[in-house]
Amino acid sequence: MPSTAAPHGTPEDPVIARIIADHLGVEGPLLPILHAVQAALGHIPAAAHGPIAEALNITRAELHGVISFYHDFRDRPAGRHVVRICRSEACQAVGGVALSQAVLDKLGLDWHGTTPDGRVTVEPVYCLGLCACGPAAMVDGALKGRATPEDVLAGLEA
Amino acid sequence: MKVYVPRDAAARALGSDAVAAAFVAAGHRVIRNGSRGMVWLEPLVEIEEDGLRRAYGAVTPADVPGILSGAVESLGPVEDIPFFARQTRLTFARCGLIDPLDLSDYEAHGGLAGLRRALALGPEGIVAEVKASGLRGRGGAGFPTGVKWDTVARAQADRKYIVCNADEGDSGTFADRMIMEGDPFSVIEGMVIAGIAVGATKGFVYIRSEYPDAIDVMTHAVEISRKNKLLGRILQSSHEFDIELRVGAGAYVCGEETSLLNSLEGKRGVVRAKPPLPALEGFMGRPTVVNNVLSLATVPVIFERGAAHYAGFGLGRSRGTMPVQIAGNVARGGLFETAFGMPLGDLVHDIAGGTASGRPVKAVQVGGPLGAYFAPAKFDTPFGYEEFDGQGGLIGHAGVVVFDDSADMRAMARFAMEFCAIESCGKCTPCRIGAVRGVETIDRIAAGDAGAVPLLVDLCETMKHGSLCALGGFTPYPVMSALEQFPEEFGGLREAAA
Ligand SMILES: Cc1cc2nc3c(=O)[nH]c(=O)nc-3n(C[C@H](O)[C@H](O)[C@H](O)COP(=O)(O)O)c2cc1C
Ligand code: SF4
Ligand code: FES
Repeated sequence: MPSTAAPHGTPEDPVIARIIADHLGVEGPLLPILHAVQAALGHIPAAAHGPIAEALNITRAELHGVISFYHDFRDRPAGRHVVRICRSEACQAVGGVALSQAVLDKLGLDWHGTTPDGRVTVEPVYCLGLCACGPAAMVDGALKGRATPEDVLAGLEA
Repeated sequence: MKVYVPRDAAARALGSDAVAAAFVAAGHRVIRNGSRGMVWLEPLVEIEEDGLRRAYGAVTPADVPGILSGAVESLGPVEDIPFFARQTRLTFARCGLIDPLDLSDYEAHGGLAGLRRALALGPEGIVAEVKASGLRGRGGAGFPTGVKWDTVARAQADRKYIVCNADEGDSGTFADRMIMEGDPFSVIEGMVIAGIAVGATKGFVYIRSEYPDAIDVMTHAVEISRKNKLLGRILQSSHEFDIELRVGAGAYVCGEETSLLNSLEGKRGVVRAKPPLPALEGFMGRPTVVNNVLSLATVPVIFERGAAHYAGFGLGRSRGTMPVQIAGNVARGGLFETAFGMPLGDLVHDIAGGTASGRPVKAVQVGGPLGAYFAPAKFDTPFGYEEFDGQGGLIGHAGVVVFDDSADMRAMARFAMEFCAIESCGKCTPCRIGAVRGVETIDRIAAGDAGAVPLLVDLCETMKHGSLCALGGFTPYPVMSALEQFPEEFGGLREAAA
């Protein structure tokens, strides 16, 4: 595989370089950098690995170890809409399993799957702190309490 | 006239933004307060006139004209609603009452009085006061907060840190979220007092990424604190303290303090062996106080009212109050702050009104995904650290999740194992491999192989004794408590598991 660490290799490089530069002054900058890269680019592209590893003086293997440890970080873009449905106990007590099953069935997906048209990704989440008004979901960042499949699927057409 | 419409995440998830917009459209200024904690009534709107606040429950935008014209009946003052009236609100006294980002409102309701007293007492006096209050860590382990601070205060180092653990991963808990969204300055004030006590000048708040609203409110609260000398040079004293917010990345185990420290340092969130204690070698190898949000948010009121006042509440070695979070299949779910000692059954039935479905309560899980299930036969257990321990359970972060009789306890046991397998940091085999085996074994039981039950029991023993942290070590609690109290659901007879 060709090295992705080469400067000016991809269109994302200036963005990545700026994010790294912005964070080098903080203590323990890696997670803030990864969050910022994902916020800017929707995922953590392979092109980011080389520059980040180099700037923080860690190996690419170490960096990969960190990225893969955390559920939030993606190595490829998600669908245009991201649906996160709580799988935890308090939501299970009020029909959380039926909610997620209905949504997954309707979209023809398994957990972490993306529809073939790139429209929707469905992910599990383990508690959104809405445990007294479950089942809970987050659709494109918006929280839903006492969610029904219709609530969750509304607005995902485009 | 003042209009309060909560900006709390649960209220927003139930439509409070649209309700606030309707009041604005009708020409009113809206204060976005925190939640009063009665989640079943959210969005709970309050209208203040002539010094009296009247509440309206579960408001929709369509109700707004009627509320303004007087056609919709009020629930009366929040303080008179039985669920609220029966509480002892110390940590949550201001939550939902004030504008969360108005520092003068905070001060007008007792805020900063604790810090001023702490500054006058000085570091040693602060540690003594926290010890005298009997405050124990609200994150789960219940370690005495004053003892932890003392250890860090005595440690010699060029730098020390305060870390506020806002990872709140336990299912059924939302108190940290509520206080960060509803009274963020109490968390900051608590951290500042901790910093003065131990000689730390830097603090981190590690907030889980699943809490965007809390992140937003805390971000603003830190900025406002810097501008108003609550951070920086503290209230013009000789003490310096600043806070940085950090966001987690969706790993439950990062709530464990050493995993959290690794995560803050930019590493995999693997649990560290103890010793060394974080109090001596924590963030970047420096002495570090790691405290839960609630532990820190309770510190200001201890100094405002005095340690003796706080310690005057409670039961046995569980002093003060606990913000109990009642969730799941429950008629009146929400946050109920009460002195330790209330029997579990009173919380479930009298306070929360039993199940939302109206069906009988089958079991409640107390203390998050690592907490035991309690069947109604154990409902006389008083809410306290030692009392729950004595019943083979734990109060943890005080989440109480209610299940009705349709709950499948074998499925819940399987979920506990599955969750452990998904979230294991991978450091020890009994947790990493054992949890996967646990799922398989419960699947065998489900397929009719009752002979697999002893295997499950053995596996739980191995996990309990061979795990480095409570993720692997306590996952057996929900599993074994389900098996022991509901053996028929594991294909066995009641006697078989006894
Ligand atoms: C798997 C695991 C998850 C934990 N999650 C949290 C958490 O989300 N929040 C928290 O405050 N403590 C959590 N803890 C407890 C912390 O390790 C630690 O005891 C606590 O933050 C100390 O603060 P306290 O003394 O104020 O409770 C967790 C522990 C374990 C083993
Ligand atoms: S018990 Fe599990 S989560 Fe805890 S240290 Fe061991 S492997 Fe990691
Ligand atoms: S358990 Fe689903 S939001 Fe907490």
